[in-house]
Amino acid sequence: MSSAIKVENLSKIYRLGEIGTGTVTQDIDRWFKTKVMGKEDPFLKIGESNDRAKKGIGDIVYSLQDINFEINQGDAVGIIGRNGAGKSTLLKILSRVTTPTTGKINIKGRVASLLEVGTGFHPELTGRENIYLNGAILGMRKREIDRKLDEIIDFSGVERYIDTPVKRYSSGMYVRLAFAVAAHLESEILIVDEVLAVGDAEFQKKCLGKMGEVSQGDGRTILFVSHNLSAIDALCRNSIWLGNGKIQEIGKTEIVINNYNAISRSLVSDTVLRTSKYLQSVKLNKSTFQYSDQIEIEVGFNRSMIISKDCYMAIDLCDVDGRIINSDRVHFDFYDNDKIYIIKLFLFDNCWNLMDSIDSTELGFDVVFSDNRETGLLVNGLTHFTYEWKL
Amino acid sequence: MNKEATEIHPEWDLVIEPQNSLFELHLKDVWRYRDLLWLLVKRDFVSFYKQTILGPLWFFIQPLFTTIIFTFIFGNLAGLSTDGLPQPLFYMAGITAWNYFADCLTKTSTVFRDNAGIFGKVYFPRLIMPLSIVVSNLVRFGVQMLLFFVMIAYYYFTQKESGAISHMNVYVFLFPILVLLMALLGLGLGLIITAMTTKYRDLAFLVSFGVQLLMYATTVIYPLSAAPENYKWLIELNPMTGIIEAFRYGFLGAGVFTTATFGYSVSFTLISLILGVVIFNKTEKTFVDTI
Repeated sequence: MSSAIKVENLSKIYRLGEIGTGTVTQDIDRWFKTKVMGKEDPFLKIGESNDRAKKGIGDIVYSLQDINFEINQGDAVGIIGRNGAGKSTLLKILSRVTTPTTGKINIKGRVASLLEVGTGFHPELTGRENIYLNGAILGMRKREIDRKLDEIIDFSGVERYIDTPVKRYSSGMYVRLAFAVAAHLESEILIVDEVLAVGDAEFQKKCLGKMGEVSQGDGRTILFVSHNLSAIDALCRNSIWLGNGKIQEIGKTEIVINNYNAISRSLVSDTVLRTSKYLQSVKLNKSTFQYSDQIEIEVGFNRSMIISKDCYMAIDLCDVDGRIINSDRVHFDFYDNDKIYIIKLFLFDNCWNLMDSIDSTELGFDVVFSDNRETGLLVNGLTHFTYEWKL
Repeated sequence: MNKEATEIHPEWDLVIEPQNSLFELHLKDVWRYRDLLWLLVKRDFVSFYKQTILGPLWFFIQPLFTTIIFTFIFGNLAGLSTDGLPQPLFYMAGITAWNYFADCLTKTSTVFRDNAGIFGKVYFPRLIMPLSIVVSNLVRFGVQMLLFFVMIAYYYFTQKESGAISHMNVYVFLFPILVLLMALLGLGLGLIITAMTTKYRDLAFLVSFGVQLLMYATTVIYPLSAAPENYKWLIELNPMTGIIEAFRYGFLGAGVFTTATFGYSVSFTLISLILGVVIFNKTEKTFVDTI
């Protein structure tokens, strides 16, 4: 079988902290040393692996380090790992949103990537207008969308509201419409990031079904990042486990997931919420939950400690053994909000059978704040680990 | 899909590497995404007048009021020369042309920042975004030109006998080229600025009031012939001066048109466009990490 994606020695570095003072001189220094004197890039030398639990010495981290793998045509591959492991960075490089620092990727076939649902949706436009706009942004031609319009509307299940501006849609309808567009892309390779964390359980099932159909029926290659391990297990034959920017394991999904769970259990041994100076409280909307319930997590943070204006907050929801049940990441603006932020997540059945309800005291959280780039560059404090907000 | 890549590596469709050639501009990709360009233009147009009562009429109101204010302040209070043209007509010509250039420049100069969300999530040739801005503004410019034509007709019929208005001449055929020059100049300069502001935001502050100040160094509120001799070279150094003078000369028959100033505007535009596209292309690959 021939390969669809071949990744060789891929690395990506990021600078931590603020970009500002000092970068002009550093830029000139770097340019002078590499281009004029022909030396090795001084930028790369101080890099260290990206472990957010430890405080590094330098301010350069490898978000990805020496990644090598090959994916066969028609294969569905899952990518797993904790928040900040480098999953999203890998997908961003594969979708050409950013470039690698070193290494090379060869791709055969057209790539469609879905790093977020509804990219480019305009609130004032109607559902129908947004299908065209979003489809074109994802790389479809107008003709192609014309041909599939009925199918897309049908799949989304929002036919009645198709000529209503999407700003009047509920968030569920919005996601349905957005996924429906993406599901009808004609591409040999489909890259999907954690997009199913939203939408209700029924629609998630429909999406997974569609993705299974796409991979098995049409023989298309799928790369799928999710914290929902049961979804990965159901969909993907092989999986890649990323940790601290490196490949920890690659192979059959069940084996990778088992090893991943064993490790993550030992990582998060302490499920008691420990407040850091940034985080004030984490509250839940209910005391017991059942499978596919929506959990509303109210996060209170100490705003005065956080100076950066743009911020990402990532939250990992863990069970009593420290296995990640679901995870989400939100971008927000500190000036918009007072000290409380609410994240809505669904409770997944994650490898272990959730027959009965689960008590809120059995749930653990890992809340991570980061500056305006990615949660891969973790600069801020949380529950299970403590960091300094870097200035 | 990526022709350059397939020629070197026949078995792959796409090769992603850290460094690409400076002049690999993916113009074929841009052409492939042309539908997106039209949809973005449509989006801008439709979302502009949604939930407004006057709708597209708003396109008229801004130049109309500016003309009235300019006529009052610069024409009546300051008594600046208008090359013998009726004051409203003179200002209207300058404002319409200048607005198009200024809108292209200011809107493209923030394209990375305004679209960081989309650019961070999906790949499409980034050049599509600034191009769609230029085309969207063209629609607006077209509507404003209608108003200008109405004014020309009005003055033509009411003041025919007094001879206060000179007629259009053969230079009016330069009009499409002038529009293209304004668009490309605004685009080129905007691309340079947006690329430079992804890392250092200082320039962004300069643009917002710089464009306003630049208008006074262009022949919008006064004709080139009325400029003081010792500053004339400075005003002629501004590439927009040649374009606006040619615009006014073609439609109204008043202004200074020389091949030298026009040639200067053309070369300035081409150089800034090429420079802008190359810098923009180099920046687009990693700007997501620095913005």
